[in-house]
Amino acid sequence: MTYFPEEVVEHIFGFLSSHRDRNVVSTVCKAWYRVERLSRRSVFVGNCYAVRPGRVMARFPGMKCLSVKGKPHFADFNLVPHDWGGFALPWIEVAARGCPGLEELRLKRMVVSDESLELLARSFPNLKALVLVSCEGFSTDGLAAIATHCRGLRELDLQENEVEDHGRQWLSCFPDSCTSLESLNFACLKGEVNACALERLVARCVNLRSLKLNRAISVESLARILARTPHLVELGTGSFTVEHRAEAYQRLIHAFRKCKSLKSLSGFWDIAPRCLQAIYSICPNLIVLNLSYAPAIQGADLVKLIRHCFKLQKLWVLDCIGDKGLAVVASSCKELLELRVFPSDIYGTGTAAVTEEGLVAISSGCSKLNSLLYFCHQMTNAALITVAKNCTHFTRFRLCILDPGKPDPDTNQPLDEGFGAIVRSCKDLRRLSLSGLLTDKVFLYIGEYAAHLEMLSIAFAGDSDKGMVYVLNGCKNLRKLEIRDSPFGDAALLENVGKYETMRSLWMSSCDVTLGGCKALAAKMPRLNVEVINDRDDSDEMEENPSDMHKVEKMYVYRTLAGARNDAPEFVEIL
Amino acid sequence: MDGGVGYVDMDALKATELRLGLPGSDPPEKPPPTTTTTARPTKRSLDEDRAARREPSEGGRATSTRATKAQVVGWPPIRSYRKNSFQAMKAAAEAAGLYVKVSMDGAPYLRKIDLEVYKGYKELREALEDMFKCFEGCKGSEYAITYEDKDGDLMLVGDVPWEMFTSSCKKLRIIRGAEAIRGLGSSQ
Repeated sequence: MTYFPEEVVEHIFGFLSSHRDRNVVSTVCKAWYRVERLSRRSVFVGNCYAVRPGRVMARFPGMKCLSVKGKPHFADFNLVPHDWGGFALPWIEVAARGCPGLEELRLKRMVVSDESLELLARSFPNLKALVLVSCEGFSTDGLAAIATHCRGLRELDLQENEVEDHGRQWLSCFPDSCTSLESLNFACLKGEVNACALERLVARCVNLRSLKLNRAISVESLARILARTPHLVELGTGSFTVEHRAEAYQRLIHAFRKCKSLKSLSGFWDIAPRCLQAIYSICPNLIVLNLSYAPAIQGADLVKLIRHCFKLQKLWVLDCIGDKGLAVVASSCKELLELRVFPSDIYGTGTAAVTEEGLVAISSGCSKLNSLLYFCHQMTNAALITVAKNCTHFTRFRLCILDPGKPDPDTNQPLDEGFGAIVRSCKDLRRLSLSGLLTDKVFLYIGEYAAHLEMLSIAFAGDSDKGMVYVLNGCKNLRKLEIRDSPFGDAALLENVGKYETMRSLWMSSCDVTLGGCKALAAKMPRLNVEVINDRDDSDEMEENPSDMHKVEKMYVYRTLAGARNDAPEFVEIL
Repeated sequence: MDGGVGYVDMDALKATELRLGLPGSDPPEKPPPTTTTTARPTKRSLDEDRAARREPSEGGRATSTRATKAQVVGWPPIRSYRKNSFQAMKAAAEAAGLYVKVSMDGAPYLRKIDLEVYKGYKELREALEDMFKCFEGCKGSEYAITYEDKDGDLMLVGDVPWEMFTSSCKKLRIIRGAEAIRGLGSSQ
């Protein structure tokens, strides 16, 4: 291929859709590196601190789409202090100067200020897509700036962000000339939204295919909106508070009947069980259904609905569906690919809503299942072994037994064998989250069998350093390892230091790693940032110079070309 | 009952154990937990937790010795966004009270009561009697109080503990006359 002219090589590279493949071809030779970098349109930065924004822009001048991720995954569960970092502003500033052609920006777990949204909007009036996932730091003022300046915006997707409410006028900032919206998601906004402006907006955006409303949108408004958007494919309903005999409800049923393209439904906050009937007409076409924010819907009501959803591929529900409800899912939804069962009663003792029985039922009915997130009160090895036999296509398997360190209730054994069966049977497993009572043995199995594992989450598991070492030595494709409350210490940390340069990051909290161990790692591996994150309440207790024997509460290690970051708060020490 | 958890052969494990010392030398004893890990009220000490897991308890089932689940930071692993939505919904539901409709055979209209106001069945009965006394016919007060539960079944009020009743009651129905007497008779 080195004899082909560059245009041909570039053309061939055009068929590589995965950024990983493009990363690989760019390392073949200088010529390919050059061709690849000039023709790269979409860039993914998995860790915002792994590389400086300037370097990215310099290498890929033709970049049109940029995705950046900030905080480590455990930030989702409040394990990362609030102002740890992950700021979007530097990226937007540098892009504004060096990357004029930027059309799409996707940020996840980053701190995005109104100032940065303003800058983004003014610098990129041709911005086509803005996707913010699990971000924070901005308000509806920032959204107003985007709506005002980005005239050709096609996609504004806000997923589970913490957004400060500064009023409802932001939506009215979309000018009358804006007709380009194809996807609008503001479900995470807590405040009121100008319903009239919204209805006018959706009416003039004839290509709108995805619309996710927030809780403030009434049923009356929803009915009017649906009447104007009969071609919608994805809908997130607003609040579904309505008397089922009310006229608004009747209009809603009528509107739903007209939406023949609807394939995905979510929202349903506050919905009363009786009102679920409104969507019965859509169920046979449904591919995606998210009822995980509807605690008023109990198993019996859900079951009536699910029976009609035979094309369903993705289902998110609360555990009030119960084991029996899951059995109905298993018999009705043969095309199911992804299932998430969330807990509805986090703090109370409550009744055992779903157990291993529900999972076994699902596995025997839905053999195509490849992605699972399952919160339950108990799990047995026998059940996991059965699941492994029935479903060999898992790529993502996340099991959360609510009581940390709980053994198999039938045999009182750890769940090593159960998870071992999963990793042995599911050869394409890329992501795994463990829970329950687990010894080093489960890690022996993971190291040996989980050849394609990329992300592993460990909590309250293992007996000794050996556990962690099995994983580091065995999983060749490991990219992210996150561990909490497990007895892994310096010996494990330092056993295979070269491994961390092949990974994106390692997180360890409430383990046995000491300050001395972290220092040793940092000294051996200059291209890693070893961050020691101290909890705020610690700073009074701690001495000026803690000894090397002092156990580190939180440690975050990641490979980087950028050296130590200069925006770390004072409770983060970069060794 | 043995140790309760299935460990691999300890000697074999020891022989392959990783240590920082030279081979052949014994590993140092594990240092006692430092003060910093036990001082924090919001976290459990890791060693306490592991001790709890390893000790066999009577009855065979290794139960948790943790005080409350809520003390473990970041567990269960649910996104704050979802947790916050839940808390808001729960608060709203609790604040709204537990209003259920009450119908009485023969009465021209229904009533609504807030179950949370009553402490038990006695108070509930008294309140209902009070509410419907104007409708009682000259036949007297033979009636049975029933309710419709989550599954849609018609149940006699009074069989289950009060809390269980309030959490599963969707509406109340006062049955009067012959039907009621027959039903009550069979339950006594």
